[in-house]
Amino acid sequence: MIELVEVSKRYGSGGEERWAVRHVALRVAARELVAVLGESGSGKTTLIKMVNRLIDPDEGSVRVDGKDVRAHDIVALRRTIGYVIQQAGLFPHQTVGDNVGVVPRLLGWSKDAIHARTDELLALVGLDPAVYRERFPDQLSGGQRQRAGVARALAAKPSVLLLDEPFGALDPITRAALQDELRTIHKELGLTTIMVTHDLIEALTLADRIAVMYRGELRQVGTPAELMTAPADDYVAKLMGMVRHQADALRELGQGQP
Amino acid sequence: MTELLRGLPPLLASHFAIALVALATGIAISLPLALAIARRPRAAAGVLAVAGVIQTVPGLALLALMVPVLANTGGLGIGIPAFGFGPAVIALTLYAILPIARNAITGLHGVDATIVEAARGLGMTDRQILLRVELPLAAPVIAAGIRTAAVWTVGAATLATPVGQPCLGNYIFAGLQTRNWSMLLVGVAAAAALSVALDALLGAAERALAGRDRRRALYPAAALAALAVLVLGVLPQLATGDGDGSRSGGGVPAALRAGQRPAVTRVKLGAKTFTEQYVLVEVLRARLAAAGIAVEVASSLGSTVIFEALRDGEIDAYVDYSGTVWTNYMRREAGLPRWQILAEVEAWLAREHGMRSLGSLGFENAYALAIRRDTGAQLGLRTLDDLARHARTLAMGADYEFFSRREWAQVRGAYGLAFSRTASYDPTLLYDALTHRDVDVISAFSSDGRIAAYDLVVLEDPASALPPYDAMIMLGKKIADDARVSCALAPLRGALTAPLIRQANLMVDRERDKATPAAAAAWLLTEARIARPDCSGTLPP
Repeated sequence: MIELVEVSKRYGSGGEERWAVRHVALRVAARELVAVLGESGSGKTTLIKMVNRLIDPDEGSVRVDGKDVRAHDIVALRRTIGYVIQQAGLFPHQTVGDNVGVVPRLLGWSKDAIHARTDELLALVGLDPAVYRERFPDQLSGGQRQRAGVARALAAKPSVLLLDEPFGALDPITRAALQDELRTIHKELGLTTIMVTHDLIEALTLADRIAVMYRGELRQVGTPAELMTAPADDYVAKLMGMVRHQADALRELGQGQP
Repeated sequence: MTELLRGLPPLLASHFAIALVALATGIAISLPLALAIARRPRAAAGVLAVAGVIQTVPGLALLALMVPVLANTGGLGIGIPAFGFGPAVIALTLYAILPIARNAITGLHGVDATIVEAARGLGMTDRQILLRVELPLAAPVIAAGIRTAAVWTVGAATLATPVGQPCLGNYIFAGLQTRNWSMLLVGVAAAAALSVALDALLGAAERALAGRDRRRALYPAAALAALAVLVLGVLPQLATGDGDGSRSGGGVPAALRAGQRPAVTRVKLGAKTFTEQYVLVEVLRARLAAAGIAVEVASSLGSTVIFEALRDGEIDAYVDYSGTVWTNYMRREAGLPRWQILAEVEAWLAREHGMRSLGSLGFENAYALAIRRDTGAQLGLRTLDDLARHARTLAMGADYEFFSRREWAQVRGAYGLAFSRTASYDPTLLYDALTHRDVDVISAFSSDGRIAAYDLVVLEDPASALPPYDAMIMLGKKIADDARVSCALAPLRGALTAPLIRQANLMVDRERDKATPAAAAAWLLTEARIARPDCSGTLPP
């Protein structure tokens, strides 16, 4: 369970101060997949970085499984939280296998254990270990890199997974395939997952609940159905109206023109 | 040529040693420094600015500057000698810092920030991020900086000669001073070859680092280690010749070394940067070696450096000129008779510095102003008074030092000399500058064989503004009272007459049928009819 309690983050100082995140409260239940949805600059990335303490809030607190993240050793905390960023952020000087084994190596696992875990994870994300283990990131496609990034995040068996626009740079077919697999992995491993995205359809199809951010504020948290049927304010209503409009247009296309 | 090549190995080894030590020290300083400040833009800018300023100091000046710095700080407080290896390595290290630090900082800045953030998010500590992510990714850029520094260091190491450190610069400086172009070219070619070899090896290491198979980096590393062992270890032992800067006359009987009194068995000689000095140091070397004393030579020292080197015990003996000591170190005016100046100089050296003069060698090498014969005839110039009347239409050239020496101030003041233009030249090229009409007057040495060879006219000095310059052997404190050294060198007193030394200088300087300084020295000793020293009577029991 992840709890963000009244967290705020300001940048700048004096008259130039700007709220990146302002009084946000969000609770993610165990085994839940929550999408944080927002435009760029809405504060969504700042919000999830508070969970693994890449950013500390100026006000409020963050708790994972009931314990304040600031009470943890920061490095130990991060090793128990999987973290995936856009374009994977793989280390270009290491093979795919070495990338996936990074955290187990930091944790001092035995060579055999790391090797076995690496192969297991590559298979889990759909990369044949025999083919891809010794390859370097620049020898992979964008989708394959992202798969390797997910495998790396899961290596030390974390219970929490943070994804920051993981599929943003992928073509639609690859993106759809990876979304499906993420959903499966999330369920199979019993993860508590927060995913940042600006893609409304992705949020609606993938998440248990969606948290809508706008200019640093949390406008609404709810299931996709709740957002559709009972938008909390004009911004959310406009967003949902757009989806409905697109869906209508698609349906007309499907029924065929005379 | 064979003799040149035989003398090469010890110079090459010594050259490689200073370059390598300086490069290694430069890396040891620059890399941690760059790592510490790479993420602090203001500190990084400050360090790079300082390193950049150091880089703009000309190499020769930076090396020479290390001598007074070390002399006045007690060797930076840890007793680093002010001459030789110490100042050379320190100056070259300072030179190596900029390219290494700049590339390291640039390389670390160039690492993709999202990759660093990913590493942090995975739970790497700052140290792990640095060692496992940032350094490996910046490695090719860092390696390129080390390569640049290696080439600069090998090149700049040739400038270590004037501070008394043997290196390939010995061939370059001596070749230039004695117009021995093959010697110069051998020095230059060896330095270039060393530079290219080192660059190629580091380049191979760099490519291996950038590549994916780290094991391949072992080959260039092994080759570099092999080269280091070869140059530093084996080559000096192969050296048998009397290459400039090498040790020679090492065959000291064991009985001598085992003597109870600390009799002198090893002497370090110094020489300034012109032909006569190269010849005279060979004369001293031959006499001492014949008396069974081991000799080391530091040649091409600047004329202030050499006096301080003797004073501080970095060298044991060299030949200086009475007028130089009188004017520049005693800061006296000219105007006394020649014998009186020599006597006062000798007394002052003994009193102030514990040095001993063995007396005049028998000739004077005075500063004199010389002109082409045709200029003299055309303008009717015979004396410096005549010259002063036409000086405004004439250009004067001199060696590096002359215009900043007190002699120049005195002669200019005495005659009111004001030339249309003055220019400094390398002493070797100075005579050519006169004959090719780039200048009309030069500062010449009265013992220089080229005055006659080029048919020049030396202008008279009726006001005696320039002091007399008796050549004299000066012994440092350590060997001033040694009986065997005196026995070997004292017979030279009064034996080298002006015509003899002029001929010996010309033998080395002339374009055809050139002799080496050692050959000229041998000729000189034969012509002067000085018997081989028999100093056995002076040996300790």
